[in-house]
Amino acid sequence: MAKMHVTTTINGEPEEFLCDPHDSMLDMLRGALGLTGAKEGCGTGDCGACSIMLDGRLVCSCLMLAPEAEGKKIDTIEGMARGETLHPLQQKFLEMAALQCGICTPGVLMASRALLERNPDPTESEVRFWLAGNLCRCTGYDKIVRAVMETAAEMRGAAR
Amino acid sequence: MTEIRYIAPTTLDEAVGAYAAAAGAARILAGGTDLLVQMRSGAAQPGTIIDIKKIAETTSIQETPEGGFVIGAAVSGAVLAEHPRLGQAWPGVLEAINLIGSTQVQGRASAGGNLCNGSPAGDSVPAMVAAGAVVNLQGPNGRRTMPVEAFPAGPGRTNLAPGEILVSFTLPPRPKGSGDAYLRMIPRTEMDIAVVGVGVSLTLENGTVTAARVGLGAVAPTVLLVEDAAKALIGSKLEDAALEAAAAACSAACKPINDKRGTIAYRIKVAGVLLKRAVAIAAERAGRN
Repeated sequence: MAKMHVTTTINGEPEEFLCDPHDSMLDMLRGALGLTGAKEGCGTGDCGACSIMLDGRLVCSCLMLAPEAEGKKIDTIEGMARGETLHPLQQKFLEMAALQCGICTPGVLMASRALLERNPDPTESEVRFWLAGNLCRCTGYDKIVRAVMETAAEMRGAAR
Repeated sequence: MTEIRYIAPTTLDEAVGAYAAAAGAARILAGGTDLLVQMRSGAAQPGTIIDIKKIAETTSIQETPEGGFVIGAAVSGAVLAEHPRLGQAWPGVLEAINLIGSTQVQGRASAGGNLCNGSPAGDSVPAMVAAGAVVNLQGPNGRRTMPVEAFPAGPGRTNLAPGEILVSFTLPPRPKGSGDAYLRMIPRTEMDIAVVGVGVSLTLENGTVTAARVGLGAVAPTVLLVEDAAKALIGSKLEDAALEAAAAACSAACKPINDKRGTIAYRIKVAGVLLKRAVAIAAERAGRN
């Protein structure tokens, strides 16, 4: 099968890869690109564990074909921390024990960051609605929602 | 798996040419939230995938000089939600599209895909029917239009001709005093498939309904335009008798299935209930415009 050559940007760095036309972006990230932060939970867009940013918009990488990355900007969980410095959401998730097994966590963090970039002061309902596409079978969501609310409050404080 | 090809043409002519040449072995890729799931399960095995997201007409929102909108078939729900005026003119259409799936799905899923998927329960379709949307199609024989209610042919089937692509939706200009709304019944609170969906669009002058359209979903093999419900509303001041008559018309139009989500009797009853609730919301919005 003829491989396709794709040129893209991942976490701010130029990247190129070869893929089959029907490969999902998630397959490419986790396979050839070695970025295993995004997880495959369902493969059908229900669980959000594979969430990435595509040109600044939150999407499920399992529902995106790898060739669609051509010329696009992709951000994954691997680009969230700055070197050793965790993003405030990552730090708060640790402090407030907002994760257990960790499978959903990269997707939850990507989705939460996308929310706070658009809405720095979300209500609890807004957080729950925004994160409704990120399934977690461990935490019962309460600690996740509280950690996002707490991070938002801290980031607003820091911005003042 | 057999040889599969991915192309992303930048013009409609190229896309239509490739689609027609593939003679049924190709699938159009917009947001991919249905297609990729179908490919994964084996339900779809396209030889060629034609991504239409590099084509200006399928990915843009245009405002017509008369005050209408032309919405590209592949525009995502998230992009529609950010448009400064679409949600003011057509809040019901927007809420129907934005009900589909999660934040992640909204980042990709399109009204065009929802319509082409052919599901009787597609949430955006009753709202588009109520809005009087017209679909713009392009195929090997050129362009044509059809009312959106004429597009679905049955569960999973459409009236697209071979090689024809859904390009965009045209929403008409909005007279003063107009409002629309979409409501659906689902067994859980969010992110589920409609058991019944009702779209209503109204225009009122001094409290009297001068124009109305009603779209009804998930209660028949295709989404329905319920003209009898609209007739019951037009000329009324939305008195109880008019609402009851319109609700009865919706219930009468239902030809639903029994399934785990809802029985025939339940769907018929709920169709009337949702009609009344959607009319109330549309009328309230009309009062503000």
